[in-house]
Amino acid sequence: MQKFSAWSLLKQSFGGHQGWQPQWRRASPKPAYDAIIIGGGGHGLGTAYYLAAEHGIANVAVLEKGWIGGGNTGRNTTIIRSNYLFDESARLYDHALKLWEHLSQVLNYNVMYSPRGVMMLAHTVHDVQVIKRHVHANRGNGVDNEWLSPEDAKAFCPPLNIESNIRYPVMGAALQRRGGTARHDAVAWGYARAADALGVDIIENCEVTGFKRDANGAIEGVETSRGPIASRRVGVVAAGHTSVVLGYAGIKLPLESFPLQALVSEPIKPVVPCVVMSNSVHAYISQSDKGELVIGAGTDAYTSYTQRGALHVNSHTLEAICELFPAFRRMRMLRNWGGIVDVTPDRSPIIAKTTIPGLYVNCGWGTGGFKATPGSANVFAWTIARDEPHPINAPFTIERFRDGFLIDEAAAAAVAH
Amino acid sequence: MLVIDCPYCGPRPELEFSYGGQAHIARPANPATVETSDWAAFLYLRSNTRGLHAERWRHVRGCARFFNALRDTTTDKFIATYRTGEPAPAIDSRGDR
Repeated sequence: MQKFSAWSLLKQSFGGHQGWQPQWRRASPKPAYDAIIIGGGGHGLGTAYYLAAEHGIANVAVLEKGWIGGGNTGRNTTIIRSNYLFDESARLYDHALKLWEHLSQVLNYNVMYSPRGVMMLAHTVHDVQVIKRHVHANRGNGVDNEWLSPEDAKAFCPPLNIESNIRYPVMGAALQRRGGTARHDAVAWGYARAADALGVDIIENCEVTGFKRDANGAIEGVETSRGPIASRRVGVVAAGHTSVVLGYAGIKLPLESFPLQALVSEPIKPVVPCVVMSNSVHAYISQSDKGELVIGAGTDAYTSYTQRGALHVNSHTLEAICELFPAFRRMRMLRNWGGIVDVTPDRSPIIAKTTIPGLYVNCGWGTGGFKATPGSANVFAWTIARDEPHPINAPFTIERFRDGFLIDEAAAAAVAH
Repeated sequence: MLVIDCPYCGPRPELEFSYGGQAHIARPANPATVETSDWAAFLYLRSNTRGLHAERWRHVRGCARFFNALRDTTTDKFIATYRTGEPAPAIDSRGDR
């Protein structure tokens, strides 16, 4: 692997930058691997990287039916935060946040993690109470979060409208300063490059079509569009298509797949210095380094695998944005798109062993999986390598729905998040 | 936006409707005798079908009645709508009976 550094950049510049090599090999499937990861998004590529880097399992294949990072990794609004209410969630998401802080150095790849602050707005008395409760719960868990008055919120984000003459005026905000954004494609590419350098095969255009089981029912390989591949350990990280993939093994999980939409504006000069979120009026906005306003819309009402949704979902979000940021009313939106997100009943993920020996699943990230990418991959690699969950993901089982141990961030946030 | 054919009112825009999830899930007649895992399945497990999906809709801003629909979740095309209590029509995803 060619190291990226100021020195290597200078050296390559003398050769007109013709000396750069591809950042990962275009691998073809081998007959067998020590572990197979199904799904080449950030979580899957990261899992392969941590298997090789932390657990000494480098004979790994990542099977991706399309191209890497082309699913929800490339379709999200790149918000990173860890201000979740419950202890289990706070540990999981803050584990990820701590990994984000050094990810560029660890991978030798600039993932453009930008801790510019995530501000969540309160618009009603109920919001104020719920968000203050979050602030206190977070601080008790060692997660930074602070309460801001409307004036403080405007000082932190000057274009914000805090006038009282709008339908849902800003009554305050919670600010997580370590929260922010990262470059989504770079996360997939950085993990792919680092994993490849350790020997992981990244195999694109390879769709899994079935599982092979031994006489005891344990996993002994997968069937793919590029032929059978043997492995005693298979991790499924297929996001919105998890139900489809696990269906091949006869496993049903409490998941429903919904379209989630996002959109970007034409590029403008820097104006939004942080991430602003409002669960109540459903507005999520930040500004990319290219200058586009990156706006998250909601999920459509119905399950679907179409990677598109209805326009009224976007316009609902834009109406809220225009009230909170009146200066944006005349802006044009450049494009919108949808991704398919797998949602659990409690809006918390499943990172667990399944009932089939050798088959592991990491799913149910719903509308907020990007922020967790490094932490999710890190604990999932542990789970696959040791055949037991890491203490951080131990509560995120499949059985919690049967046993009543929900991690109910759905109720805590009152919306998809 | 989808156009949904309410079996009572005819085709109307999606905004008049609310989605009710997977159809034809019967509540166990005697919950006290149901195994925990079966009860969890009733509460939480859904088919999440990629393809033809039988689902409930409610024409909440119209006649307010529930009905069922068959929709292809790979295209969002409605293949059929039918009244609550009727069985799902035997149709494949191309709409052929």
